[in-house]
Amino acid sequence: MPAITEVWKVLFKRPFTNRFPAKYAPRSVHGFVRRVQAGKAKIAPPVPTPPNFRGKINYEVDKCIGCGLCIRVCPTKAIVWRTVEVEQGEKKVAKKKVKIFVSRCCFCSQCVDICPKDCLSMSDEFLLANEDKLANELIVL
Amino acid sequence: MEMSDEALYTIPVGPVHPALKEPIELDLRVEGERIVGVDVKCSQAHRGIEWLGMNRNNSIQNIYLAERVCGICNVCHPYCMVLAVEEAAGIEVPERADYIRTIVAEMERIHSHLLWAGVAAHEIGFDTVFHYTWALREEIMDAIEYVTGNRVTKGIMMIGGVRRDITKEREERIRKALRYYEEKFEKIEDLVLHDKTIRMRTRNVGILTREDALKLCAVGPVARASGVPKDVRQDYPYGAYADIGVRAILPDQYTGEIIGDVYDRIVVRLLEVKQSIQIIHDALDNIPQGDIVAEKNLVKLLSMLKRAEGEGIGRVEAPRGEDIHYVRLRQGEEPFLSWKIRAPTYNNVLPWIPMLLGAEIADVPIVAASTDPCMSCLNRVTVVDESSRKEFTLTKERMHEMSVRKTRRMMRHV
Repeated sequence: MPAITEVWKVLFKRPFTNRFPAKYAPRSVHGFVRRVQAGKAKIAPPVPTPPNFRGKINYEVDKCIGCGLCIRVCPTKAIVWRTVEVEQGEKKVAKKKVKIFVSRCCFCSQCVDICPKDCLSMSDEFLLANEDKLANELIVL
Repeated sequence: MEMSDEALYTIPVGPVHPALKEPIELDLRVEGERIVGVDVKCSQAHRGIEWLGMNRNNSIQNIYLAERVCGICNVCHPYCMVLAVEEAAGIEVPERADYIRTIVAEMERIHSHLLWAGVAAHEIGFDTVFHYTWALREEIMDAIEYVTGNRVTKGIMMIGGVRRDITKEREERIRKALRYYEEKFEKIEDLVLHDKTIRMRTRNVGILTREDALKLCAVGPVARASGVPKDVRQDYPYGAYADIGVRAILPDQYTGEIIGDVYDRIVVRLLEVKQSIQIIHDALDNIPQGDIVAEKNLVKLLSMLKRAEGEGIGRVEAPRGEDIHYVRLRQGEEPFLSWKIRAPTYNNVLPWIPMLLGAEIADVPIVAASTDPCMSCLNRVTVVDESSRKEFTLTKERMHEMSVRKTRRMMRHV
């Protein structure tokens, strides 16, 4: 059994997996989250993301010209139109902008590639789990 | 054992579980523990992927849809699709893009084969090897994440090239992963191929003869383990494989003989990991400079594809075998006119019939796993006693337990 020597070696090594988010399983996950929010407990850090990682999308509304190319290439149809009222002098002008539903996003960053004004980019943020898929932090305006 | 009606049972294995990618139903006729008849019923999960590609999406959106045909082969499917679209639209791919595609496809092969080795070990109850190979697999997953930006759905394919270049740092990261596997390869080989338990459970089990493999059109490692030197990378080279020169790996290179059993399939897959390491080294050494995509402007590309008319076929050697996509484009329409996907598991399911004939029920998990299908199919098994019309259910866990017990029983008698 060549496996036995390997098993013995592994016994004295540090665990291979990164213990995230807590070193040991908390008795109650909700309790742990509350303790973290209150600053009483700390989250064990996740494995750092590599450069050019594709995480939650960033959107700079002011740069957007409303061309709609991102809507055209989005494979999951996570991007939809929205109209914004912008004050131009005295008049209010309706301008076309987009709204991105992160819960539908498949993180391919195709919209980032096609955007002519570079107003879309991918961040490092990946802790996006939420009970409500339409939560405010999952809709990028 | 005497043949009598009372001793004959039919065990339907499968068919559907919501988490499956390829649900399948196996009807096994058993006499005691021996399997005397096998029937396979396919096509139980229709997700309408081809329909979506023909009605809802444009060509660029289809790349990401093709990526989601299979979670493990998520480079080969889009690779295959973009090859077909490029042929249909007459797009010439830059040479550097061909090399990058080859490198990413081979990285995927390493991860897929290591994942499979773990699953196969788990099926015979050898969880030490299962955890060991999956821990080893993390290194290539990290390298893939570094190069493409994501661990699983890599999103690197683009019609006419690739989306990310292999820079100096990325090349270093890949070389580091390859060095890691070169160091560890002997240990994997020792753990898997020289182990008495694995040899006992897999030698002369699930034999597929060369004739049957040819007759049933087996593809990939299953066909090669039966002595059919069939490999798309060798027969119809695409990407950079023509420059590198890939030879199909047969098990007799290692064991000196071809039996076509589960052990031979393990040998072929492990040797292919070694071959993939060599291919990536060669590709990284000879990668030419230049563009990585034929048309940088995606808006121009979209209108070019809208104007294109024609048909194309993409053939790619996926980790499980030959993958084929057929695409037809019509002028003035963004979605494909037709899109047909033939995944390798489709061919490798029928060989289950000769493999399972004469085997025991406890061998079903490892024999089925040896073709690398989606194994969750075995989640529910109903055993019907034909004479008394009595039904009872064999779960996947129970079947797994039977398999583990067989390993223990064999160990005791050594």
